[in-house]
Amino acid sequence: MKAKALIPLGLFLLLVVFLAVGLTRDPHELPSALLDKPASLFTAPLLDAPEKSFSSKSMLGKVWILNTWASWCVTCRQEHPILLELSKSKAVPIIGLDWRDKDVDGLKWLARFGNPYDVVVSDNSARIGIDFGVTAAPESFVIDKTGVIRYKQNGMITEEALRDKILPLIRELQK
Amino acid sequence: MKTWLALILALQCALCAFAGEAPALAEDPVVEQRLMVISEELRCLVCQNETLAASRAELAQDLRREVRNLIKEGKSDAQIKEFLVSRYGDFVLYRPPFNIKTFLLWFGPFLLLVAGVLMLVRLVRGSQRSAAPAALDPEQRKKAQSLLKDTDTPS
Repeated sequence: MKAKALIPLGLFLLLVVFLAVGLTRDPHELPSALLDKPASLFTAPLLDAPEKSFSSKSMLGKVWILNTWASWCVTCRQEHPILLELSKSKAVPIIGLDWRDKDVDGLKWLARFGNPYDVVVSDNSARIGIDFGVTAAPESFVIDKTGVIRYKQNGMITEEALRDKILPLIRELQK
Repeated sequence: MKTWLALILALQCALCAFAGEAPALAEDPVVEQRLMVISEELRCLVCQNETLAASRAELAQDLRREVRNLIKEGKSDAQIKEFLVSRYGDFVLYRPPFNIKTFLLWFGPFLLLVAGVLMLVRLVRGSQRSAAPAALDPEQRKKAQSLLKDTDTPS
């Protein structure tokens, strides 16, 4: 009888556990629908030379990172030193996608904080962003030699994510 | 702390409400009508509890523009939804599709209902059984009768 009386309490505690776990999860961290799918190919004008264009096809055969950023994006500034360091290490080419930004502002931003990108293209209308399922900046994708998206970082690339996930994955993919 | 929180929340609202481009006027009313119907069923991925039709977030405007283009290209509703699902996942749909992953989502409430009914039936049956008059042995009967007699006599 006594054990039976504890059932509602048990159910309640179970509910509390479920809700508590739910609270710790960020609803904006969606599982990417594009993971392990081929990245859509795009051609876009260079940010610093709009008359020239960059095609993502040229990256086939290389492992690379696509990093979405914008001059209005606060978290991107936080992420920036980490990208600069990564770029210095020459571990992997980083292609920047200046997302929903004005070209002038993007260029000013890069001039002020430094340019970690091998190539920066502009995506003012977010057309490329939509093809990559981007919902916010920054977001980064690790793309393998065959053009398949192997990893997606929602939000900034933290030092931990870079050290524990991204760099090991890149080393693996570059083999 | 509280003021900071309020500030951050206010900022987020401002970001969501920030309307960049003016709505395209003089659009084809047929296209706009279909856009409304389709985007009522799609989720804005920035303000996640708003439909794509209602949201004023910039991303929602981009996606509406994209959907508008697809309508003009003559794509069917299913093709348009597939376009968004392949990029943003099932989450973009307000009406989740039926598959193994969403089985519990669709049938969970009914399973709970059945479990509740079964529990109720058991509970009612159990109480009926215990409410049934239990047989008294002769000694208990005697005692009860004497007690009844005592209470029956007016004092």
